[in-house]
Amino acid sequence: MLKINNVSVKYGSFTAIRDINIEVEEGEIVVLLGANGAGKSTTFNTVSGLNRPFQGEVIFEGSRIDKMSPDRIVKAGIAQCAEGRKLFPAMSVLENLKMGGYVHRRHRDQIKKTLEHVFELFPILEEKKDDPAGSLSGGQQQMVAIGRALMAKPKLMMLDEPSIGLAPLIVEQMFEVIQQINKEGTTILLAEQNANAALKIATKGYVFESGAVVVEGTSEELFTNDEVRKAYIGA
Amino acid sequence: MAAFFKQRNVIAALIIFAIIFPFITNNTYFVHVMTLSFIWMIGVYGLNLLAGYTGYLSLAHAGFFAIGAYALSLLTTKAQLNYWVAFILALIITSVLGLVIGLISLRTKEHFFAIYTLCVGYIIYLVIDKWDSLTGGIRGLIGIPGPGNIGPIEFTTPVSNYYLVLFFLLLTVLVMYRIVHSLTGRTFIAIRNSEDLAQTIGISTMKNKLLVFVISTFFAGLSGALYASFIRFIGPDIGYISITFDLLTYLLVGGIGTLSGPIVGTVLIVWVSQQLQFLQDYRMLIFGPVLTLLVIFYPRGIVGGIAESLMKRKQKKQAREEQLVMAKKSVAATAASNENR
Repeated sequence: MLKINNVSVKYGSFTAIRDINIEVEEGEIVVLLGANGAGKSTTFNTVSGLNRPFQGEVIFEGSRIDKMSPDRIVKAGIAQCAEGRKLFPAMSVLENLKMGGYVHRRHRDQIKKTLEHVFELFPILEEKKDDPAGSLSGGQQQMVAIGRALMAKPKLMMLDEPSIGLAPLIVEQMFEVIQQINKEGTTILLAEQNANAALKIATKGYVFESGAVVVEGTSEELFTNDEVRKAYIGA
Repeated sequence: MAAFFKQRNVIAALIIFAIIFPFITNNTYFVHVMTLSFIWMIGVYGLNLLAGYTGYLSLAHAGFFAIGAYALSLLTTKAQLNYWVAFILALIITSVLGLVIGLISLRTKEHFFAIYTLCVGYIIYLVIDKWDSLTGGIRGLIGIPGPGNIGPIEFTTPVSNYYLVLFFLLLTVLVMYRIVHSLTGRTFIAIRNSEDLAQTIGISTMKNKLLVFVISTFFAGLSGALYASFIRFIGPDIGYISITFDLLTYLLVGGIGTLSGPIVGTVLIVWVSQQLQFLQDYRMLIFGPVLTLLVIFYPRGIVGGIAESLMKRKQKKQAREEQLVMAKKSVAATAASNENR
């Protein structure tokens, strides 16, 4: 479904990622592991069109997207849920969610349906739908961020560190929801530092280190890989 | 809901006041000043949508104001067109030039955009100043006709001009209200929040920025065209940078990124500076410090500051009510446990 072939991205003279190769099949949950600054977010931003690759190509459903503008990539079916739960703080929860359905703005019925679905996944958001998004707790803001990405009805959803700064119990909930979304037919590409939780739901993983993929394999393989265990699972 | 009706009442009262204003005061000078401030407000609203809601501070606004004014004047005096045809053409000309300039200048961001548009504004001023054969250069244009008749309605008296401008102002406010509360308006706010984020949810930022830039220049042009036919003569100084900064000051004092800010700021400053007329340029000695203090303590202007304090009071009230409910609950709980004993 998504193929990243030999992609390198430079910020000025600094190479942020080098020769990255990633393949995501339809229906999978693929996790990118790695510390801060390892290149996970850069990879995401390259797929979503915010960064242009210096070399290599990004192919989504058989067509190249690395030269497309970000809004056309969203229309093609890739939605990104950015790191740090970036919301529109002054807008209400409902307005934030509606902004997520921007590319389908002419299909009101569909937006209404998706909105109901999001409220089913996160009932608390329906209660708080008129509150400004900035007034919600961290976990609730993450729910809005995921809900907003869902509103675009993506085929592939990229989640950048959804567990960051959340309480363990909330993290568990979040991963359950991600699994649920996946079961409903959305392919998931997930960036995480919390390897333990992420590998439990993932089918496949890539380990990033200073801008390159150093280990890749199925989640079982990564779970039993000594280096990965030492670096990211801590046992 | 109560607040909504309150707000509605305030708006209704303001409109009624604006309508009966010429009857309250018999002083044509006051009507003149008010008409002029209405004209400025329309321009400030254009700037507000771009700088306040979308986060792109354009310093070429006076340039577009001047383009609107000169287009109307040249079309009516030199081309001898019907006033309203010229009026509509002037708005189209300003918007088209806005589109072209927007296409180029919107490639820059933040302070680069401000600096770039500052240069654009100055170039527009220079072109008007130096293109003697068309614009009359430094002598300007005289003999600009007032608004033409619409059927039996004539616009020859100051009061009729006042109502014409008021009509356009109300139309502007209505359009702004509709834009800000629509998906398009929220798109502009999303761009102000974070352009990257806006793009990742599928907003074509260039298209929307161009749209808001053109809308903004349209209202600058409308304001300029009304100015030209109200004052009846114009010179290149109406396109000068200082006009841009006047408009920006009105906006900052009233409240940037608010719907009522342009009205509050413009009325306040125009009237205060009228009252301080006797101080001549020394009035800047008063304006400077006041403006500095305002920006320090109320960075979102008067309207923004009031909205903020109202919000805080509401939150406090809510917190107090919650506390009260909690207290009642705990009292009930202790009472219940006492009974159990």
